[in-house]
Amino acid sequence: MLVNQFLILGALLFCMGVYGVLTRKNAVMVLLSIELILNSVNINLLAFDRLNGGSDGNVFALYIIAVAAAEVGVGLAMVMLIYRNRKSISLDDLSEMKG
Amino acid sequence: MVLASDIQVAQNVGFGIIALMMVLAGVGVIASRNVVHAALSLVIVMAGAAAQYVLLAAEFVAVTQVLVYIGAVMVLFLFGVMLTRAKIGKDADLNNGNAAVAAPVALLLFGVMVYVLGKGFTDQELPTSDVRPQYTATISDLIFKPYLLPFWALSFVLLAAVIGAIVLARKD
Repeated sequence: MLVNQFLILGALLFCMGVYGVLTRKNAVMVLLSIELILNSVNINLLAFDRLNGGSDGNVFALYIIAVAAAEVGVGLAMVMLIYRNRKSISLDDLSEMKG
Repeated sequence: MVLASDIQVAQNVGFGIIALMMVLAGVGVIASRNVVHAALSLVIVMAGAAAQYVLLAAEFVAVTQVLVYIGAVMVLFLFGVMLTRAKIGKDADLNNGNAAVAAPVALLLFGVMVYVLGKGFTDQELPTSDVRPQYTATISDLIFKPYLLPFWALSFVLLAAVIGAIVLARKD
């Protein structure tokens, strides 16, 4: 197996996630796209770990999984708070900071 | 002489099938007009990622991926979809008008990454001779010796996230 086949799969998923973050209006969909990005990073870390024959990449991947879980928890709590205050989770409606 | 074990036909065929599945499901995540379908497509992407971790000889991370992502995070997402009363059926109002900008940005990013990876790693093979499973004991030795400080920091992050999520989402 080539290293590049894993790295390019990770790059493709990363770019899909970037596209999703930029185009989605629904806040939950943006969080889903961020999960795509985090998964692609984990694939890269484990591919490099296998290439170098260590175990450190596994530890980094586990830490990323834990941080991603925390991020989803806080992110969805914020989305629920926004929904409760405005009855909408469209990111285009949150424009108070526009000059 | 190239032996059949050097080409690793079975692993490569497995990789191809799983990667194709992941990419198709990823397109479903970013293009679906239905929030629940997008969330369920993400389950396929995560399960495929877990399978790729097994191919990369990282069993413990693969099991953690299934438990944490597919088990916990997806349930959280589906609860989020339900509690924000996003429509269960089709929803025409999911995208903003930025696709004309986002598509070139994503394509350019992908092009640059493929170019750089192609130049940097050309046809470098993953080592086949000294493959051993990543023993959980090795990983735990790493976590609790050299990476102990980040582990503590991570524990505080999780604690703060749990308390923050409760404070934010609680009805007063």
